[in-house]
Amino acid sequence: MNDTPAIKLRKINKSFGPVHANRDIDLVVKKGSIHGIIGENGAGKSTLMSILYGFYQADTGDIIVNGNKVTIPDSKAAITLGIGMVHQHFMLVDNFSVLENVILGAEDSQRLAGGINRARGELRRLEEEYELRVDPDALIQDLPVGLQQRVEILKALYRSAEVLILDEPTGVLTPAEADHLFKILEVLRSEGKTILLITHKLREIMAITDTVSVMRRGEMVATRKTAETSMEELAELMVGRSVLLRVDKKPAEPAAPVMEVENLTVTDSRGVVVVKDVSFSVRAGEIVGIAGVSGNGQSELLETLAGIRRATSGTLRINGETIDLGTSSLDAADMRAKSMAHVPEDRHRMGLINSFSEYENSILGYHRDPAYSKGPLLDLAAIRKNAVAEIEKYDIRPPNPMLRTANFSGGNQQKIVLAREIERDPDVLLVGQPTRGVDIGAIEFIHKRLVEMRDAGKGVLLVSVELDEIRALSDRVLVMFDGKIVGERGSDADEGELGLLMAGVEDERNLLEGAAQ
Amino acid sequence: MTAGQLPRWVDYGLIPLLNLAAAFLVSGLVVVLIGENPLDAVRLLVWGSLGYGEGIGFTLFYATNFIFTGLAVAVAFHAGLFNIGGEGQAYLGGLGVALACLALDRYVPWYVTLPFAILGSAAMGAAWAFIPAWLQATRGSHVVITTIMFNFIASSLMVYLLNNALKKPGSMQPETRTFEVGGRLPFLNDIFPAAGFGYAPVNLSLFIALAACFLVWLVIWRTRLGFEIRSFGANATAAIYAGISPVRTIVITMLMSGGLAGMMAINEIMGSQHRLLIDFVTGYGFVGIAVALMGRAHPVGIILASVLFGMLYQGGAELSFEMPNITRDMIIVIQGLVILFAGALEHMFRPAIIRLFTPSQRLTAREA
Repeated sequence: MNDTPAIKLRKINKSFGPVHANRDIDLVVKKGSIHGIIGENGAGKSTLMSILYGFYQADTGDIIVNGNKVTIPDSKAAITLGIGMVHQHFMLVDNFSVLENVILGAEDSQRLAGGINRARGELRRLEEEYELRVDPDALIQDLPVGLQQRVEILKALYRSAEVLILDEPTGVLTPAEADHLFKILEVLRSEGKTILLITHKLREIMAITDTVSVMRRGEMVATRKTAETSMEELAELMVGRSVLLRVDKKPAEPAAPVMEVENLTVTDSRGVVVVKDVSFSVRAGEIVGIAGVSGNGQSELLETLAGIRRATSGTLRINGETIDLGTSSLDAADMRAKSMAHVPEDRHRMGLINSFSEYENSILGYHRDPAYSKGPLLDLAAIRKNAVAEIEKYDIRPPNPMLRTANFSGGNQQKIVLAREIERDPDVLLVGQPTRGVDIGAIEFIHKRLVEMRDAGKGVLLVSVELDEIRALSDRVLVMFDGKIVGERGSDADEGELGLLMAGVEDERNLLEGAAQ
Repeated sequence: MTAGQLPRWVDYGLIPLLNLAAAFLVSGLVVVLIGENPLDAVRLLVWGSLGYGEGIGFTLFYATNFIFTGLAVAVAFHAGLFNIGGEGQAYLGGLGVALACLALDRYVPWYVTLPFAILGSAAMGAAWAFIPAWLQATRGSHVVITTIMFNFIASSLMVYLLNNALKKPGSMQPETRTFEVGGRLPFLNDIFPAAGFGYAPVNLSLFIALAACFLVWLVIWRTRLGFEIRSFGANATAAIYAGISPVRTIVITMLMSGGLAGMMAINEIMGSQHRLLIDFVTGYGFVGIAVALMGRAHPVGIILASVLFGMLYQGGAELSFEMPNITRDMIIVIQGLVILFAGALEHMFRPAIIRLFTPSQRLTAREA
């Protein structure tokens, strides 16, 4: 074995406008190892990897691959150097077959036939060597996400990647799929491939990596051997202070139901039934969590309850009033008027208007409130005063209501949404992915607020794909799979059991029988 | 790289000026190719449009038209809609003005007719925008397609009406009778003789246009409706999340847009022509798109851009008179270049300017 590092970065700097995304980054990645890079959102991990993969050019600094100083002007150059990347959002053509996707951009010639046949043989070899089994003729759109990700890995290997960068690979996977991915990574390592794993999940780092580097605010703050560190130490390094990994809360004292959903069915615009005959209730003073792999109907459920999406049938009882969701034409404003607030799953797409100032976003959805009007005009003074109060209470930084929302960090943007929705004192709060893309410091803050809502006697419905978050916050956990609620557990739910439910083990009885046998 | 990264004065001042400079530079090359001196041409153009009272009067008259059509496009922009039907909406607006004037001009003074003319023009323009708006809002038919089709329908409809219903009996001209004084807005030359506007048709509509600018600003940036329009335009999904009705927003915005376009006819019909005639819009509706782009969809920007295009129209006419080599067509080429650089190539200089401004900002960040 030679000891030349697969990748060596020396004093990498990269700025975007006033933001210094990477500052004097040094990194040494040993050949044949799994090297984790962990850091909060906005710490500069993705920028660093984009420099390595040729999406960005470093302002200063050297990249050394296999002992040779190189420049990487584009991703083609990175591929030539044997660097492959598996993106967080897959770069696949949905209606192409696996094979076609693999050769896309590496077709060899104008005529496809030769390339395809060569690729078929090569794919078979890769499958055997790395246990990466996928049907080469299946269409991408028919494959579950776990297999789609496998295709991404195959794409990189087909291009003879020696170094594989995986950017937040487990975000869309069930726990079981994640475990399988880790097995694949281990096989790849044993075959001498080098793997760079970008994640913000401490548990994954501990489970799979050999070495871990921690980034904070654009700087590389530490590199540790995984065996010689702990989750607590890493968390502290990431945030720069010690953090509570667990949510502190008293047992719930639920009262009467504030929201009851009965037989809710939702069909999406393609005619697919995405929510199937779902019934549940949320009581005052409890947090009900909906666990599930992304894409199993949770988003649609949340949007329907919030008045954004139409239901096919079903009823909603909120504060004693019964609404037939199948026939009513209530929109989001009407639902707000019924004291239901909504923190949407995707704050960029839905929760905020990024080109607006902070104070304008602080009234989005509540702009018809008479408190913000003076005659026919908006009362800007009152709106700004309210915004400043929220900024102070939620420690939103920078504390400037005039700043464009796009210029706030993810955590602060989420606080803007949360402040707006919680401060109107709703009876029911719908929350989707409250901490997606949010740094650890802000996660702690957001979780505390949600528990406060509960303790104030409000009903909270929480949808999250982060099982840890669901388990930490929820007093009851409902598991959704394929549009149905397939199980209900208490706050002490067992992770493995939830994982099985999320993966669609048909129903409870099967699960119990399976466990008994 | 969003606009948010640039200081406002760069976004709203420097970039439009650079685009303009580029347009004039290319135009200058064209003038050189023809064998004329570009500096002389510029001198003639500026003198012809701003050098004497009557020239200024004509410039402001054209600018009045552009303010209306520019505002029309800008209001739609704020809701993310591209109304390129200003041409047809203004044409129909002319019908509204003419009906009011024909009905009232013999009985009442102009200031009684005026509110009806404003109402009539806005109502007709808005009505002409309503069907495309409704189709967009409920069926998703793209307003770009439908409004442009409605321009053709408007054109045919007006020809039919002028020939068959509105024509003066016994006349060969497809136009209405000339309005009496009760259907004519006072010329500014009569109100302010000292300004020396001479025979320039600039009239009271200029002030109506400026008032419209203020009202548009007020509605878009200071009312709930404006908040909803801007929300919908910036992020339709977030607007729906906020309980803003897409159908209502699209329809109301397009009605406002069509109404503003229709009001252009007050200047042209009641202010200058004093009769309704064929094809009086002659492209003002389309130039309004360039005006709105160049003016960054903001009323102040639109006033500035309107004056610029007014200068091009008036100065261009003078130029082709003084330099026969530079024909009327050449003036249209120059106007086209300004539209090209200010509108279509609006983003050409932006990346370079962002690069230019980044290092200095990084230095300040480091110092801080």
